[in-house]
Amino acid sequence: MSKILERLYNGIIKENPTFVLILGMCPTLAVTTSAINGLGMGLTTMAVLVLSNMLISMLRKIIPDGVRIPAFIVVIASFVTVVELLLEAYLPTLYDALGLYIPLIVVNCIILGRAEAYASKNNVILSIFDGFGMGFGFTFALTLIGTIRELIGSGSVFGFKVLPAAYEPVTIFILAPGAFFVLAFLIAIMNKINLVKGKPAGKGGNCDNLCKECSNLTCSGRLIKEDK
Amino acid sequence: MGNLLAIAIGSAFISNVVLSQFLGICPFLGVSKKVKTALGMGSAVVFVITLASAVASVIYQFVLVPLNITYLQTIVFILVIAALVQFVEMFLKKTMKGLYQALGVYLPLITTNCAVLGVALSNVQKGYTILESVVNGFAVAFGFLISITIMAGLRESMEYNNIPKAFRGMPHVLLTAGLMAIAFFGFSGLK
Repeated sequence: MSKILERLYNGIIKENPTFVLILGMCPTLAVTTSAINGLGMGLTTMAVLVLSNMLISMLRKIIPDGVRIPAFIVVIASFVTVVELLLEAYLPTLYDALGLYIPLIVVNCIILGRAEAYASKNNVILSIFDGFGMGFGFTFALTLIGTIRELIGSGSVFGFKVLPAAYEPVTIFILAPGAFFVLAFLIAIMNKINLVKGKPAGKGGNCDNLCKECSNLTCSGRLIKEDK
Repeated sequence: MGNLLAIAIGSAFISNVVLSQFLGICPFLGVSKKVKTALGMGSAVVFVITLASAVASVIYQFVLVPLNITYLQTIVFILVIAALVQFVEMFLKKTMKGLYQALGVYLPLITTNCAVLGVALSNVQKGYTILESVVNGFAVAFGFLISITIMAGLRESMEYNNIPKAFRGMPHVLLTAGLMAIAFFGFSGLK
């Protein structure tokens, strides 16, 4: 039980995929124009993450080591396709709002990263909860960014007007530049908290490792291992 | 011809892949410290995206559509792109040493670049022909090359600025990107 709780805590706070690991930037910036879109994207990604973690963990003793990356990619891409078709059928508004970014969940580093780093080495139950933890962390981050952008950019939260009519919405916050600004300030606030606490400014302080992190996770999707 | 030009300008400037579509953010933030490396990364992306949109488009038109399995496009495209990048890397290593040395280190970083898959999928969504897909792919990648090079130039000249501690690194780069995105709004007048 404590291990399960530890997994949830790890995903939501300790290794929050957006604010701490800085992974999956594309959807984080692109679909957070409103709180509901952020929440929708987060939950969709969480569904794929939980399902792929579960299946990969079940198959971990069957998949040969040499072809594990293509196998993971096929599993993830299949679940993304299933989720995409389900959304198209039952939640067409969300499907239209997220558009191209639903199939792009396939290349979200978080999912392949968790498959490689956790699900392929641990049992099914723990892998499922690892998926839930990371998924909640991602959903929380996206909803937070979406809420801030929607509040400043159109004066509402989840579609409900909360600011008085006299408030002039700053439209730029629901346009592309607003995404960069909001994320920049959120990471700066996190850095500030770390600085005050005397901890080193996490990865948020250094973005040069971003791509390296990504390719270390074998996110670089190399199908066949080359012999050096 | 006019149609192709409209696609090219639209994809490279008006809806720039990084600054308004948010695809390929990872290399844009990670490999933009020096103009030289940014140019290398940008050229590798131009090469791969143009090739990948041609191949993906051909496979879509001649394999997926006749077999009526277009719903498998995501799975097929990601595998094709991953295999293609690795194949290109091996091919360059064996035959074109000079080009490999210039682009080689960046190639493995490109597969997960969501821009490659994004372009292949959006070509299909917009119903482009094979020729239009190639032009669109090249234009998108050219837009990436422009924005990553400008970003690297800005970062080089701001290297010794006195930035508040909390804003160093990532937040500072993101704010710069936001200002660039505002500047790129200017191109929407080209429509």
